[in-house]
Amino acid sequence: MRVPILKQGNFLIASIQSALADEDLIQLHDDLASRVGQYRSKGVIVDVTVLDVMDSFATRTLRDLAQAVRLRGAQTVIVGIQPEVAFAMVQLGLELGDVHTALDLEEGLEVISGLVI
Amino acid sequence: MAIETRHIPIRTGVDVVEARTATRALATRVGFSGTDQVLLATAVSEIARNIVEYARTGEVLVSSIEGTRPGVEIIALDDGPGIADIPKALEMGYTTARGLGMGLPGARRLMDEFDIATRIGRGTTVKMRKWVT
Repeated sequence: MRVPILKQGNFLIASIQSALADEDLIQLHDDLASRVGQYRSKGVIVDVTVLDVMDSFATRTLRDLAQAVRLRGAQTVIVGIQPEVAFAMVQLGLELGDVHTALDLEEGLEVISGLVI
Repeated sequence: MAIETRHIPIRTGVDVVEARTATRALATRVGFSGTDQVLLATAVSEIARNIVEYARTGEVLVSSIEGTRPGVEIIALDDGPGIADIPKALEMGYTTARGLGMGLPGARRLMDEFDIATRIGRGTTVKMRKWVT
C-alpha cells in the first residue's frame, strides 16, 4: 500500500494510512527522497500514528529516510509514535538516532517550522 | 475456551504484516494488555522477517494457551539453511544478511520463553511463549 504524500507549502506530509510491509516502507523512503527535489521542499513530516508495530526494520528505514532527506537539503520530523510502540522500541533497544520526533501532526508542524527557518 | 490457532504461511513482507496482525488479534482475545500486545506483535514481526530473509519461505503458527495461566505460543518454522552458530545468532547486532541483527535476540528479549532448534541444511524452528500478567 503506497503512502500518500501531501504537499503543503514548503513541506511534505506523508500520512501512513495502514500497516506497512517492508516493501512499502522502502517505497516511502524512495518517494520522499525524490519528491523533496521535485517540489524543492524544506521539510518532511512522516505521520506514523496508525502503526502498531515499529520493529527493527521499520526503525532503521525511518532513520535512513531522515538521513536521505537531510542529504537532499531538508529536515524530517516523525510524528505520532504510540505509547505502546515507544515502549516496545525501548525494550528492543531501538533508536531513531538524531531524528526529530513530535507528539502529533500539529506539534510536528511547529517543530518543522522551527527547524527550517 | 478452546485453543485457537492461526496458521500463516510466510513468503513476503505482506505475510509478515499478516502474522503480526493475527498475533495482535489473538493476544487481545487472550487478555494481554495493550503494551504486551505490541511486544508480542513486534517479536513475531522480527521472527517472521527472519524467515523471509534467510529461508525465503516458512510458516508461523500463533496459538492461544488457555486455562489458569493464559498466554500465547508462537511457532515459526522453515526449511531454510539452518543456523550454524546459535549463541552468535542470539547476540544483538550479529547478522549474516542485510538486517540489523536484532531478529532473534530482539524477539527473545520481548518474550517470556524462547527456544530454538536448528539443523544445517534442514531448517529452523523457533518456539516462544508469553504469559498474561
